[in-house]
Amino acid sequence: MSNQYEIRLSGAGGQGLILAGIILAEAAIKDGKNAVQTQSYGPEARGGASKSEVIISNKEINYPKVRKCDLLLALTQKACDEYIDSLKKDGILIVDNSVEVKRKDIKKFKLPVIETANEKLKVPMVANIVALGAICKASSIVTKDSLENAILNRVPRGTEDINKTAFEKGLNLINN
Amino acid sequence: MMSNHIKLMQGNEACVEGAIAAGMRFFAGYPITPSTEIAEISAQRLPRVGGKFIQMEDEIGSMAAVIGASLTGLKAMTATSGPGFSLKQENIGYAAIAEVPCVIINVQRGGPSTGLPTSPAQGDIMQAKWGTHGDHPVIALSPSSVRETFDLTIKAFNYAEKYRVPVIMLMDEVIGHMREKVEIPNREDLEVIDRKKPTSGLVDYKPYRIEDGELVPPMAEYGGEYRFHVTGLVHDETGFPSNTPKVAESLIKRLIKKIDDNKKDIFLYEEYKLEDAEIALISFGSTARSAKSAVDMARAEGIKVGLFRPITIWPFLDTEIEQLAKKVNKIITVEMNLGQYAIEVERKACKYAHVDKYGKLNGELITPDEILKKIKEV
Amino acid sequence: MSSRLINEYLREDKLPHIWCPGCSHGITMRAIVKAIDNLNIEKNNICIVSGIGCSSRAPGYMDFNTLHTTHGRALAFATGIKMANPKLKVIVITGDGDCAAIGGNHLIHAARRNIDITTIVFNNNIYGMTGGQYSPTTPQGERGTTAPFGNIDKNFNLCNLVKAAGATYTGRSTAYHVNMITKLVEEGIKNKGFSFIETLSICPTYYGRKNKKGNVVDMMNYLKNNSINVKAAEKLSDEQLKDKIIVGELYKTQEPEYTEEYKKIIESFQKER
Repeated sequence: MSNQYEIRLSGAGGQGLILAGIILAEAAIKDGKNAVQTQSYGPEARGGASKSEVIISNKEINYPKVRKCDLLLALTQKACDEYIDSLKKDGILIVDNSVEVKRKDIKKFKLPVIETANEKLKVPMVANIVALGAICKASSIVTKDSLENAILNRVPRGTEDINKTAFEKGLNLINN
Repeated sequence: MMSNHIKLMQGNEACVEGAIAAGMRFFAGYPITPSTEIAEISAQRLPRVGGKFIQMEDEIGSMAAVIGASLTGLKAMTATSGPGFSLKQENIGYAAIAEVPCVIINVQRGGPSTGLPTSPAQGDIMQAKWGTHGDHPVIALSPSSVRETFDLTIKAFNYAEKYRVPVIMLMDEVIGHMREKVEIPNREDLEVIDRKKPTSGLVDYKPYRIEDGELVPPMAEYGGEYRFHVTGLVHDETGFPSNTPKVAESLIKRLIKKIDDNKKDIFLYEEYKLEDAEIALISFGSTARSAKSAVDMARAEGIKVGLFRPITIWPFLDTEIEQLAKKVNKIITVEMNLGQYAIEVERKACKYAHVDKYGKLNGELITPDEILKKIKEV
Repeated sequence: MSSRLINEYLREDKLPHIWCPGCSHGITMRAIVKAIDNLNIEKNNICIVSGIGCSSRAPGYMDFNTLHTTHGRALAFATGIKMANPKLKVIVITGDGDCAAIGGNHLIHAARRNIDITTIVFNNNIYGMTGGQYSPTTPQGERGTTAPFGNIDKNFNLCNLVKAAGATYTGRSTAYHVNMITKLVEEGIKNKGFSFIETLSICPTYYGRKNKKGNVVDMMNYLKNNSINVKAAEKLSDEQLKDKIIVGELYKTQEPEYTEEYKKIIESFQKER
């Protein structure tokens, strides 16, 4: 179980987190690994808290839900407050720069994810793809090529270019 | 690198792909969470393979249309969840007595009534068996993974065609909605069974005539060589209603017997680390995944636990459960209800082993930790 | 003539039928068979579907592909059959309780789709099979075993209902006007779309006795004397038409048919390849 990597993507409904989870899982499969993606449904999908979960492993994945996560993405304060305790010690936290975080025992990346989508790219819908770029850079859990491949495979036809740009912007939010 | 056959696929999507691979060419349904994707994907896929999709006005009508299409020669399926499954019961009984092959997918959610529409449950175990009135045969299967959903949907069609019965797939919200890595097998590697048709040119065709040594009558189709009558009333081999006690008894007994006598073919299950186990978990569907994790966790602590995973829910795995009870000291059933399958297990196992149960119905999947705790308790 | 129809189209070994003496369902059944004979349709290409009730027993006597289903569901089963094999001529025989109460939803939606099914309702204004309970077509004030003090429900005008829902052919006749039933059924079958023919039937055993309608002849005379052809009715006021049975071809139009529209979707993919 030690090689199992658990990711929780959280934020508000409509931020494309379910799609982001699907893309992440697909990228892991392209890398030759196993992946399971689940999500929470319900009224939450309309503006409330939303979460999508991905487990990546070299072995068979049994229990499909995330317990303690290795990586948490939180795009809203509400989502961060709700799930911050589920992040492992020394785990990776990626939050939008609008979010305040108290925990210190983690690797924290506070990034302008939403701002990049809204202001720089003028397409709020691609915030999820910007976030995927950041996740890729921060964790290396999936390869850049597979992730880019999965993004282009899953985004609506005709939006490939803007999503590719969003992905690159996301990668560049974190300096080496 | 990912080949064309390896895909990230949702359980509900795998169900449709399996159905089409099995030869499904008709789907009638009504939107209901968490099964709706099955209807949506069927609507997309079926016309591409020359099949038909129809969204009916309600769940009852969907079941009826499926039976009508099957009698006209197409392999037919519907999909629903708890509230819709309740409504379909009337015509599931019709399919049972008139011996019309069909597949009913039930992606289980929390009940009773509207219950918890977006959360998983396994509360329809008994309804799958006894939901419609009267003694009747039924086959129910429960997949634990996306890939198994693909395989079992094919099996569901095969059993339906072979035994002329309604076959119920008891999925749950977790399996229906989760996405995981699936390797789709080649078409030529799949076993697909079609219904046996009557021989051509019979002078005296009788739609329910049973050949010697057989329990399932061959099946003609509307618009084919033979004209025939089908009714939901008790009928004789001509297909016409009969009130004779002898006819009634022999019909219902044969319907039950055609499943009972073929249990060996229908019984599907998986055993995990049971060889030296002192405690056996019994769990199916998505909960079996948690149970499997719990077995590994318990084993790491030196507790000798194994998992018995029924894949066939009905007919009940009576002989297998009895064998299992003889081998272990304790059995714990784990299911997302308050012990529906447990009732059947107790009935067969209580003579040989202590039977305990763990159930949960708050809309959350049972976790491995909860099961581990239960293992330590017993 | 009759004996030829019986020999050719009825399952003689299933006769005599179960209908009560004086019940007019047999007349309507024969009129339907005659329409099929006039149209000269191959028997194997016809599928007759029914629900539950007195009328729904008719297909059992008729030598075609026949399906006796659950209460109210005939049209839903028929929809599956027609979709699965659009070459079949699908006919539904139903009753007033079967199609307008328990099966009301299937009725309006089959009409809405304009699927090529010809529905013939044997309207006897009562639940006969269960012993005389009031139905959605029992007139207000009349009695049934479950309306012992007179029915307070308003009754349906079935032809108006299905027309509003989208049927492309409607007609009404009575057991007295037998040839008209045959004519309407012929036209209904010829119509490429959802056709609905209401035939008023008499139930002397329950409806007649419960409501003091006299003997069978009296009931037949009532149908004869109170019917008015749709053409003649056009010239009369609503007041003059009160309590009259308007008979004849009531509505006819052309709309795209459901299975043909679906076929276009399938063909669009075949072209793509």
